[in-house]
Amino acid sequence: MKSKAIKTRMSGNEAVAHAIKQINPDVMPAFPITPSTEIPQFVASMIANGEIDTEFIPVESEHSAMSATMGASAAGARAITATSSCGLALMWEMLYVTASSRLPVVMALVNRGLTGPLNINAEHSDSMGARDAGWIQIYSENNQEAYDNFLQAHRIAEHKDVHLPVMICQDGFITSHAVQNITLWEDEPIKEFVGEYNPEHYLLKEDEAMAVGPYAVSNYCMEEKKAHAQAMINAKKVILEVAKEFEEITGQKYGFFEEYKLEDADFAVVAIGSVCGTAKDAVDKLREQGIKAGLLKVRVFRPFPGEEMAKALKNCKAIAIMDRCESYSANGGPLGAELMAALFREKVTAEAVNVMYGLSGRDVRVEDVEEVFDWLTKMAKGELKFTEYPYLGLRD
Amino acid sequence: MEKNTFNFREMQAREDRLAPGHRMCAGCGGTIAVRNVLKALHPGDKAVVGNATGCLEVSTYMYPYTAYEDSYIHSAFENAGATLSGVETAYHVLRKKGKISSNYKFITFGGDGGTYDIGLQSLSGAMERGHDMVYVCYDNGAYMNTGVQRSSATPMYADTTTTPSGKVSDGKPQARKDLAAVMAAHNIPYVAQTTFIGNMKDLYVKSEKAIYTPGPAFLNIMAPCPRGWKYDAPDIIEICKLAVETCYWPLFEVIEGKWILNYKPKNKLPLEDFLKKQGRFKHLFTPGNEHLLEAFQKETDRRWEELLKKCEM
Amino acid sequence: MSLKASEINEKTKWQDLTEGLQIYEPATSKAFETGEWRTQTPVTDWNKCKQCLLCVPYCPDSCIAVKNDKRQDFDYDHCKGCGICAKACPFGAISMREGK
Repeated sequence: MKSKAIKTRMSGNEAVAHAIKQINPDVMPAFPITPSTEIPQFVASMIANGEIDTEFIPVESEHSAMSATMGASAAGARAITATSSCGLALMWEMLYVTASSRLPVVMALVNRGLTGPLNINAEHSDSMGARDAGWIQIYSENNQEAYDNFLQAHRIAEHKDVHLPVMICQDGFITSHAVQNITLWEDEPIKEFVGEYNPEHYLLKEDEAMAVGPYAVSNYCMEEKKAHAQAMINAKKVILEVAKEFEEITGQKYGFFEEYKLEDADFAVVAIGSVCGTAKDAVDKLREQGIKAGLLKVRVFRPFPGEEMAKALKNCKAIAIMDRCESYSANGGPLGAELMAALFREKVTAEAVNVMYGLSGRDVRVEDVEEVFDWLTKMAKGELKFTEYPYLGLRD
Repeated sequence: MEKNTFNFREMQAREDRLAPGHRMCAGCGGTIAVRNVLKALHPGDKAVVGNATGCLEVSTYMYPYTAYEDSYIHSAFENAGATLSGVETAYHVLRKKGKISSNYKFITFGGDGGTYDIGLQSLSGAMERGHDMVYVCYDNGAYMNTGVQRSSATPMYADTTTTPSGKVSDGKPQARKDLAAVMAAHNIPYVAQTTFIGNMKDLYVKSEKAIYTPGPAFLNIMAPCPRGWKYDAPDIIEICKLAVETCYWPLFEVIEGKWILNYKPKNKLPLEDFLKKQGRFKHLFTPGNEHLLEAFQKETDRRWEELLKKCEM
Repeated sequence: MSLKASEINEKTKWQDLTEGLQIYEPATSKAFETGEWRTQTPVTDWNKCKQCLLCVPYCPDSCIAVKNDKRQDFDYDHCKGCGICAKACPFGAISMREGK
């Protein structure tokens, strides 16, 4: 069923809350933390007004939020939560437990830097820290993508070849609080697309006793981890299938990543999240000047589409891989590390630099991205070689 | 179940809901607690059993062997309250949506480490939010699964691996936390403390009240650990009796805020009768340590008097 | 279709283990015979046993079944020989014998 486009304006948090309203999940435990707090607030008021059937659990911590979400999911409910930053850090242990228990919960993550120092602004250190927890991670550039990605999340998580939790990420404040134009989709086609949740096994299944969360000896654990890893591999196909179906309803195209003027680009920036809007403006400006600039915007970080990204970048002369997250590895950030490895495997010989940007909400302007492209042109000509990975917009 | 309807023989005829084949130590008090609490479920009623990480978890659900006749969930150490609160909430939604029709009860077990210490916040949250569930602490007074480290439930002067008695140490310096009182302060409908006494009527009656009282309930069950307490496994019956007769472990209930003492010994025995059965207190009986016994006795008396006052009100 | 617990062992391939190592059956532990651990064994003198059932709730291993209001013999496949039942018996009907 195709949906009509409903044009309106709302923030990223409102957009996710609208998605939740249309999905009407069973259980949502959550704990307030800036900048994701509005999401449980919106949900609580929708419940208070009888607009959805969801039960909200006002837990006493994020650790309990994830624990209750896991418990609800194991019990057979469609369960979601929302958090940011330190809240995700407090969930850490339970992120792994939920994923390895193969429970298809969905989280709205509003990216914010981890302390310290204490700061409430956009950074990817929270979700990037959780990148190896066994969750699918999908990032959004703007409110539209946060909405569309959230609508697709349950379909991916609950697919029988996947059964993994999904984290839908958007940048704190920049996306979560900025009110922008958005196209919403009609309830009926969305409900039909998301579908009913009917798990095969669950704690409350009346004719079956189920046990979740065993102690397992080494002879089982490695096999369990391989099965989990295989589910993540399987998710690649499912993510694309779900995106295709979503496109049929809405006309919106989604893949592992977006290629913006990348096909013939000599110089490419690779980035995640809201900075991609700024980067597109920079690309457009440089293209007007005859510089073949392009952007690769990462949407799916877990599973990591390394081979596909490397192939999309193979004809570039120089590539800047942008990280909004320090790894303190003395070797760059997480996207840098993983994409560099993928480029090597695909024998991409372009010059490449890992750029640290936007930490703790540091503003990134179009001119800043232009500066990065300037570095790339110089690198390609052999005029510039970084001995250390550079920080964009740093006072020095 | 009213006390006058308690039928011991009927209770024993009920099917066990904790199956044999679990790997708890021979003589474990924890499993005595679990199987008898679960027996208080009315035959035919369904349940989901929760569990904090600990001896019980690693021994009763070691893949692929679950010892539970009912559905069971373990997720981590410090969150048995929160995990089961998610399950219980899911139950209400799924019932409301007509996806399930059976009645379920929700019972979660944690040791004292997972309950008094690392899981206290999660337990407090679950109780305060009013979930219709029972949290059962099988209190053996230390982190037994990791090898007898002290918890806030460990009695004063106990010799544990993190409060060893030694030339300049008397064992654990602090007295134990009174968790039942902490839970009573949550103003939940039902809190009780019990252990294994006689035909276990006290435990069965309290378990049934905890399970069938609507809303949150907390049961604190002293469950001796032969390895951690250093006694011969068969002595458990005598040790539990002495814990009660010395007023170290009083049997009481707090129903809707009203404190009720369930048993008052006719002749309160000296605390050392309870302590001397256990190797963890051996150092208290070496000459020169009489003052420690006196101090422990004084603390036990003080708490007993305090409890008597609460129960008079 | 998931494997039954009885079909799962430490040689099972990763593709065949249950998802998330979940189990979809009750009480699969019965297949694990903890009776092997025993170093001493409870024995009932049925002449002395008054069927008071007081031993039943004290067994940590659910090894004393009750049928038709009467306790049955011990489940020796699972009894670990802890000896609590012998102390629970008020009539001296249970004694502990060395060995399995």
